Amino acid sequence: MTIVHSILLLCIIGVIAGFALYFVAKKFKTDENPLYGEVESMLPGANCGGCGFPGCKKFAQMLVDSPSLEGLNCTAGGSETMNKIGEFLGKSVQKAEMRVAVVKCKGSCDKRPKTVNFEGISSCAFVATQISSDTGCSFGCIGLGDCERACQFGGIKINPETKLPEFDSKICTACGQCAEVCPRHIIELRKTNKKDMKIYVGCSNKDKGAVARKACTAACIGCGKCAKVCANEAITVTDFLAYIDPEKCKLCRKCVEECPTGAIIETNFPPRKKKEETTN
Amino acid sequence: MKTFHIGGIHPKENKLSKGKKIEIAPLPQVVTIPMAQHIGKPANPIVAVGDTVKVGTKIGESSGFVSANIFSSVSGTVEKIDFFPNIAGFKQQMIVIKSDGTDTWEDTIDRTDTIVNNMDFTADEIKAKITEAGIVGMGGATFPLGVKLSPPPGIVIDTLLINGAECEPYLTADHALMLEKAEEICIGVELLKKVLNVSTAKIGIENNKPDAIENMTKTAAKFSGIEVVPLKVKYPQGSEKHLIQALTGREVPSGQLPGSIGCVVSNIATTFAVYEAVEKNKPLFERVVTVTGTALQNPSNLLVRMGTSTADVLAAVGGIPENTAKVISGGPMMGKAIQNLDVPIMKGSSGVLCMTEEEAHRHKESNCIRCGRCVDACPMGLEPYLFYALSKRKMLTELNEHNIRDCFECGSCSFSCPAHKPLLDYIRLGKANVMQMIKKQEAEKAQQQEKK
Amino acid sequence: MLTVSPSPHYQTDTNTRKLMCNVLIALIPAFVFSIVVFGVSALISTLTAVISCVFFEFAISKWLFKDEEYSVKDCSAIITGVLLSFNLPNTLPLWMVVIGSLVAIGIAKMSFGGLGCNIFNPALVGRVFLLVSFPADMTTWSKVQDYGTIDGTTGATPLGLIKESIMSGKTLSQIDLPSMQDMFLGNIGGSFGEISVIALVIGGIYLLCTRTITWHIPVSVLGSMFILSGIMFVVNPELNANPLIHICSGGAMLGAIFMATDYSTSPMTSLGKIIFGIGIGVITIIIRKFGAYPEGMSFAILIMNAIVPLINKIKPHRYGAKK
Repeated sequence: MTIVHSILLLCIIGVIAGFALYFVAKKFKTDENPLYGEVESMLPGANCGGCGFPGCKKFAQMLVDSPSLEGLNCTAGGSETMNKIGEFLGKSVQKAEMRVAVVKCKGSCDKRPKTVNFEGISSCAFVATQISSDTGCSFGCIGLGDCERACQFGGIKINPETKLPEFDSKICTACGQCAEVCPRHIIELRKTNKKDMKIYVGCSNKDKGAVARKACTAACIGCGKCAKVCANEAITVTDFLAYIDPEKCKLCRKCVEECPTGAIIETNFPPRKKKEETTN
Repeated sequence: MKTFHIGGIHPKENKLSKGKKIEIAPLPQVVTIPMAQHIGKPANPIVAVGDTVKVGTKIGESSGFVSANIFSSVSGTVEKIDFFPNIAGFKQQMIVIKSDGTDTWEDTIDRTDTIVNNMDFTADEIKAKITEAGIVGMGGATFPLGVKLSPPPGIVIDTLLINGAECEPYLTADHALMLEKAEEICIGVELLKKVLNVSTAKIGIENNKPDAIENMTKTAAKFSGIEVVPLKVKYPQGSEKHLIQALTGREVPSGQLPGSIGCVVSNIATTFAVYEAVEKNKPLFERVVTVTGTALQNPSNLLVRMGTSTADVLAAVGGIPENTAKVISGGPMMGKAIQNLDVPIMKGSSGVLCMTEEEAHRHKESNCIRCGRCVDACPMGLEPYLFYALSKRKMLTELNEHNIRDCFECGSCSFSCPAHKPLLDYIRLGKANVMQMIKKQEAEKAQQQEKK
Repeated sequence: MLTVSPSPHYQTDTNTRKLMCNVLIALIPAFVFSIVVFGVSALISTLTAVISCVFFEFAISKWLFKDEEYSVKDCSAIITGVLLSFNLPNTLPLWMVVIGSLVAIGIAKMSFGGLGCNIFNPALVGRVFLLVSFPADMTTWSKVQDYGTIDGTTGATPLGLIKESIMSGKTLSQIDLPSMQDMFLGNIGGSFGEISVIALVIGGIYLLCTRTITWHIPVSVLGSMFILSGIMFVVNPELNANPLIHICSGGAMLGAIFMATDYSTSPMTSLGKIIFGIGIGVITIIIRKFGAYPEGMSFAILIMNAIVPLINKIKPHRYGAKK
């Protein structure tokens, strides 16, 4: 008898609760553009903020609501995702240029010896407020991995030997989170091409040549040789530091050979036999 | 016995140079004088390379309201005006002067030992002299004294407090001054009283210095309206806010200056500098520095010229011990570890402390056991363990709600933690992030208002 | 090369292990007493609890957490073991002690993340687990052996006697309670570590002198128990025991001095600690008076442990706060 009672009671409670839920759901239902949800499901859902909006949901609303997709780009999903959404919404998609994050410092432990032994918490942001640097260079990478922790895609790893971050450009979506947290501001989002070939100055030191050289053997000493050799006027030297304009650079690699300290970095080029390779 | 009410700790005192007479450090060959020895704007250099200067010649001109004049501490020629690393390694403008060895002083300075007690100056004259002499708070905060003595309109100062607590372990510079220069300090107090137009002043001294309390009480009896108050030994009694609470029972409201409750606090060394500036026309170019450390042969209280490099100061007491792993400018609780020994002595350097290899390193961290000792120790009544957790997770709004900005970084929490967590590191990080967030919010607000 | 670090450059010499060792030292008098009273069975039970607690913590941190540094080194597992065994009757089979240790370390401590992360006192969770799983074994106390010149007396605890007699309609004057002196010295029935008030108080004084604990929790627990039971005693001395009996019997002393003061599971601020202590005292007396169990200390502590995060919302007085 008790069992029958219990089952009956449970059934009654279930029915009542079911009705209650039904009415509550009906009463508090909010009308939302169904496109929002569908567009959102097409996005990667990483909420990285690379698009400039707080999260994928907000970005999806923006995509649906705005008349054109100009200036709207999902860095994480890339052109594939944007094309799909553009097709779905019937709006034309602007072609976004490919970019990846690079760190402008080559000061590994052997090239940039320590001058003091810093004891404190492992946070670049903290160290930057406390001391100028534990090496002679107060511009370069601190190496405690704020960028590694900021990257939501796991595309950054601090190399334990060099104490420098290594970026996996296949994973990098150029969302810019790492560049934002870097207290030294040495992470740049740079234009790249399909083979991820790029040339950039791997140094941020603005000290005079001699001072910079003393602190780090891979420092840009601002000698200007690279600027002279560049045929496209892509390189400028300000504050003893060279900068290669990615728009003007034709990837000729002359500057890389010219640099006396080896501060200029080239990535993913074929071995240096065919000298005059130009792409893009 | 009086003391402040919330928190506090009892670190080992280690006052190795206690009772040592003030010795005069040998004249340095070269001095490197920073233009930023105070809080506020750095001074502007008013000499050029090659100029000849005397001791006490003004070489840096105050560049704003919160700024201070800088004076040469040796006689000789200006060698360089360039940017050199400061304690933390950041580059700052400094003037390098090569001494000619003659130690010629400016003629206006009274170099005799006679004690002058001339009270004929008006308040404004005294204030002008203090400002001109470039006097700043010499306890470590280095806030220009002239600014402190000019309260904004609407604020009435009714209490003058003199800080003789010297609660930092190891340091004895103020102690030595109170033993040897009691009368001068009292005249300095009288001068400050006249500037502020108050009738009484209280000198707070921790009772681990009974000889100083006795000497000061005896000397103060000769003056009217100077009271010496013994205080219970507790760190951080020398903090302005806590000295005020210990001596008057008042609390400085969160986010405000002592002036808002009618108090002005001046340090012993600063008060002595006031005496010298007003009665002897001597600008601030030298100070008493405690040079100490367990491995040091002869811990001393030295009278050092500003700009003398730390290496020279250590050489004066027998050289830097071999197993030194850390050199601190100031005391062990709030002092800063220096990066290289070329860093000069400045207006705020109360001590040079050498720590041996065994003392220098932090203990190993372990799990927080939530014992609550940091909460008991915090003199501001904050919750360091919470800041640690929130700062680690970057929960900035919550940090702000729990008043992280009230923290004045005394280090009591990190000191007392049995798990040896670097609590203060995380608090500093959290504070910096919160400040950034607030700045950002304010900028956004201003932008929105502009749009409207 | 100079070392540079942010201030402070001074740290206390105390560390977690030293604090834990202080607690262990403070437990020695009670431990010695338990061996004197119960003989070698106390030693075996305590050793079993300690070894199994340490083993479980080591095993979990090594094979589950894969820690490089084993948390066993901080001695906290030893304390859990000792306190657990102190809360067990001497007749308990050893395999139950091992199960209690597994629950204490595995469930109450390590599953929350180890030392400092647990919400509930591990030893008490182990004890209560055993109490609800094996109620008969956990409430059977054998007759106390003779020790020295004092005769062993009763098999049941004083609180058990009181509960039983009041349930059966007797008044207190009709039953034969042990004398105050016996209770104070520990010549009564009970678990290993809880019987001697004097040994526990000596340990408590040691903890206070070494500043391992503060006075707030022990005083507020015992004080609130005393006051509440005192009021009840004044109202009706026939049905309510003397307040002194309440604070000297059962787990009151052990709980107030050693269990409630566990760092991780007690509040941070002084005011919080007092509230926590009063809560424990009041709940204990309520359970003793109205509950089914004769003793409520462990339940009271666990209930208050659960409220600690709420108590921690009480802020300490802040310097310069706007009034």
